[in-house]
Amino acid sequence: MYEIVSSVRRDYIADLARQDKRIDTRTMDQFREVSVEVGPIKSAQGSALVKIGKTQVIAGIKMEHAEPFPDKPDSGMLVVNAELLPLASPTFEPGRPDENAIELARVVDRGIRESNAIDLDKLVIKSGEDVWAVFIDIYVLDHDGNLIDASALAAMAALLNTEPPEDEAWTLPEFPIQKRPVTVTVAKINNKLMVDPCLEEEGVMEARISIATIEDGSICAIQKGGIGWFSLEELEQVYELAKVEGAELRAKLG
Amino acid sequence: MEKPEKLIENGMRLDGRMPDELRPLRIEAGILERADGSAYVELGANKVLAAVYGPREMHPRHHQQPDTAVLRCRYNMAPFSVEERKRPGPDRRSVEISKVTREALEPVLFLELYPRSVIDVFIEVLQADAGTRTAGINAAAVALADAGVPMRDMVSSVAVGKIDDTIVLDLTKDEDNWGTTDMPIAMVPRKKLITLLQMDGHFTKEEFGQALDLAFKGCEQIYEKQRQALREKYAIKQEK
Repeated sequence: MYEIVSSVRRDYIADLARQDKRIDTRTMDQFREVSVEVGPIKSAQGSALVKIGKTQVIAGIKMEHAEPFPDKPDSGMLVVNAELLPLASPTFEPGRPDENAIELARVVDRGIRESNAIDLDKLVIKSGEDVWAVFIDIYVLDHDGNLIDASALAAMAALLNTEPPEDEAWTLPEFPIQKRPVTVTVAKINNKLMVDPCLEEEGVMEARISIATIEDGSICAIQKGGIGWFSLEELEQVYELAKVEGAELRAKLG
Repeated sequence: MEKPEKLIENGMRLDGRMPDELRPLRIEAGILERADGSAYVELGANKVLAAVYGPREMHPRHHQQPDTAVLRCRYNMAPFSVEERKRPGPDRRSVEISKVTREALEPVLFLELYPRSVIDVFIEVLQADAGTRTAGINAAAVALADAGVPMRDMVSSVAVGKIDDTIVLDLTKDEDNWGTTDMPIAMVPRKKLITLLQMDGHFTKEEFGQALDLAFKGCEQIYEKQRQALREKYAIKQEK
């Protein structure tokens, strides 16, 4: 998942962090350039291409009829899948999704599901028999770090751009979006916190935390990754970064 | 079970606990003969076994690291551990839990002491009632100590959450299903550092802070039980 960084480079990045500096001259609370292009894929009901620096992720939305889960007869279905394509990095290999792809999909899923971003209760055609299943497929095209934020943003942008299916079972005026969760990942290097780690920073970081927030700044999902740890004080800082930078990312959704 | 009208009544939860109360917890160290280290944890209705093998030679050998040991964790649920039979084998949930479990335990280990080897941690959930990943981490940490693997400290883990707008410790399955938020945490108890943090649901900033405080208190109690379990096995007993 993360690239091996030479020890000279590693020391350099850690030393820069000590001085609150980064290898690409960003400040600690600065994202790389973020761009959101909606609707690049016409064969999908919704789609978005998100670039964070050199990282590129495309998300496509497809909707299908499905039988609801027995314990949720009056609720539509949400399925998030992520593919780390071999074309996106020399370290990605073809085959079944590994733990990184699964974690990525599940973290994006939780941000959208737990914030009730989609009003799934409206996606029912016939209670207990027929509901809409919303498939979000995340396609990583170029991996230059921070796939979580790019994927979550692409998924949300694609959802906001989703056209209802051409199907007589569809009766809603529009696709029912009610919240806009945005995920911000903060990496810890040499005991310093920085948002939006690039690939080399990910290779050096001790750990990361991703926090999904909604419009009012409340939290709907968290995931810690990596083999380091965080103190309570650091968590508070991480939350503040996620809230402030999250609002900026949300503005990119238009 | 239908959703009850209230999950907390007169300050008490469905199972009679207070909001800041753990379920009954039992930990035993060294209960498997063949494993290098093992532990059994019962947390309420959860029954979880953990076994540690190693440090031992890594197979396949191309997975060996020349400068460090590799920690491998496998979290697995028995088909009979949940209401509806779980299909055997890893699903997406257990792959993710295996990953975060490894990341929760690895910070306390000195893997660099054992180049080219592997430490295997196997967690088997025999009976599940929410909080299995935390019970698994608690069991695995004790099993690692039981195996004699050098550790900086213990790892203690508990879930906190929000039900009926109240922050509570150690959710049951029903509370997890009907509540709004679930947040499993693992920490290194002496230094109060967090090695696992996941959350889904809804927390304001204040609730998040409250929940963290409560989780810390819960972890302290669990830490005590973990130490007790190890003491029970290793304390020198007086000869009669």
